[in-house]
Amino acid sequence: MAINVLEEQVLSKMGSPKKFKVSLWRKLMTALATVMVIGSFIFLAAMFLSIIIDVLIHAWPALNIKLLTEITNGIGGGLKNAIEGSIIMSLGSLLLAAPIGISAGIYLSEHGHGNAGKLLRFLSDVLVGVPSIVLGYVGYITMVIYLGWQFSVAAGIITLTVMLLPYIARSTELALSNIPLSVREAGYGLGAGEGRIVFKILLPGAAPAIMTGLFYAVALSMGETAPLLYTAGWSNYMWTGNLTKEPIGYLTYVIWTFINEPFAESHMLAFAAAFLITAGVLMLILLGRWYMLRAQRRIGAYR
Amino acid sequence: MKIPVFRTALVATASFLPISLLLLIIFLAVYSWPAIQYNQFHFLWTNDWNLGNLYGNPVSVNGHQIMPGAKYGIWFLVVGTIVSSVLAMLMAMPIAIGAAYFLSEGIRKSWAGPLSLFVDLLAAIPSVVYGLWGYALLVPLFGHTIFPFMVTTFSFIPFLNGAAGSGYGLLTSAFVLAVMIIPLISATLRESIQMTEPALKEAGLSLGLNRLEVFWHIILPKLKTVLIGVGILALGRALGETMAVLMVSGNALNYLPSNIYAPISTMAAFIASQLDSALQDPTNMAVEALSEIALVLLLITVVVNIAARMMLWMARVR
Repeated sequence: MAINVLEEQVLSKMGSPKKFKVSLWRKLMTALATVMVIGSFIFLAAMFLSIIIDVLIHAWPALNIKLLTEITNGIGGGLKNAIEGSIIMSLGSLLLAAPIGISAGIYLSEHGHGNAGKLLRFLSDVLVGVPSIVLGYVGYITMVIYLGWQFSVAAGIITLTVMLLPYIARSTELALSNIPLSVREAGYGLGAGEGRIVFKILLPGAAPAIMTGLFYAVALSMGETAPLLYTAGWSNYMWTGNLTKEPIGYLTYVIWTFINEPFAESHMLAFAAAFLITAGVLMLILLGRWYMLRAQRRIGAYR
Repeated sequence: MKIPVFRTALVATASFLPISLLLLIIFLAVYSWPAIQYNQFHFLWTNDWNLGNLYGNPVSVNGHQIMPGAKYGIWFLVVGTIVSSVLAMLMAMPIAIGAAYFLSEGIRKSWAGPLSLFVDLLAAIPSVVYGLWGYALLVPLFGHTIFPFMVTTFSFIPFLNGAAGSGYGLLTSAFVLAVMIIPLISATLRESIQMTEPALKEAGLSLGLNRLEVFWHIILPKLKTVLIGVGILALGRALGETMAVLMVSGNALNYLPSNIYAPISTMAAFIASQLDSALQDPTNMAVEALSEIALVLLLITVVVNIAARMMLWMARVR
């Protein structure tokens, strides 16, 4: 009895059961951080939309069939030659870079666990970081001047190839390393050689991921300007098929030179080129993602 | 002994990558050797780029043929390149961290996929389109509205006061660069946030921290190395960026910025814009000096990238 009274007294002194209290400072900081976090995402989304909308609004009046049927002249015209040039350059560099890049990727993932592989991986990561204008300048002094190719398709394509190689190699390596070891062991167990395993088992299995990497590479090469300025040059005419000694037009060049002209028609053409190149690049990226997702859903990822 | 044909072929093609990196450095060094000999080291910290009198007769200085009055000093480029990139990185870091948290922890998984497209696609936009956007939208907006406002508001802070300029310049370049590198930082960060052990997060949550506090007190300190590494990596990207900077920097020549609104030029942009005029030099020294700039830029980015990869390698990201 006495004990109960005592307990009640103690409890009443303590007041209501103590609640876990969050201090005002913590609440304030959390609220502030929430605002900053959401704000930073909204900032990025706003930047993306403002780029797209800005380009679209300015390009809208210039988007007509004339772009596809006429070649550029000094201040205006269409973009037929530039569109053709951009496609030739990216497909050409893809054609050169894909076999080399993919085999480098195979080497990195299958045999690249020793020191040589580590060094190769490291150097290819460093190569990714080389500024594209430096690549262009080296292309200029080696191919354009020293080899005497002048501004040409070949010089542009080779410069772009060097730029794409490390990207393709790393994406291929990543794609192959997602294939479990047991699949390879099954192949070896059936008596297949190294080459057969790579061509019949690994490459088909990793094909969607490798393809996505290639899509990204094409997108990257389409959007480049700096390495092409002093290797591919610029031409107002359609390409006649010479690999050397003939410059070629491309879309990104139109953007940065025509915007500096004082004519409204040139500005519109620059924005139209920007619209085409942005649409092309984003389309390729989305296509690559969609292809990857579809393939994973259909054949099932190896994971 | 059987020769492993397949593997030899693989090694041969794979060695294209390191060989091309080495060849880049060797070609540039060999080609710019006369300029290196002529300019020596004060090339880097004198502030005087002058092609000389291109209509005069070449004169011989220290055994090198140059145009009369020609001087090559790139201190303004060194300052412009480094300050704009560092500024861009400082602006990009907090926003990238915020966006990475938002997309990996802040919202539910089913929304994160579509929303992260905004950030991922931002990385895919070509740099010349960034330049066009900066030229057409940011430069007028900054030059007419935001910079004058900032000058009057922050008139007591050094480097933020003074002349507001035309909109072309250091801050505009840094802003465009920041928007370009945020997706890079954010993507790597998102990956490593998802790779941290869930047990750590659960321990924090069970102590009564909310999710933001778990991120701030537990996850971020754990990712310190990743943060530094990816920051340096982004810095390397910003240092080498050409087209976007070329279109919004104002292309200053022999001019050191006095505040953050002043026009600048960077090494990459300078190479792209000056080759045409350098080709007018019959002694070829100007082209070789540009190639020396390219070599300096290449070496800086290689060093920066090696440092970044070391950090990331220590943190075991990829």
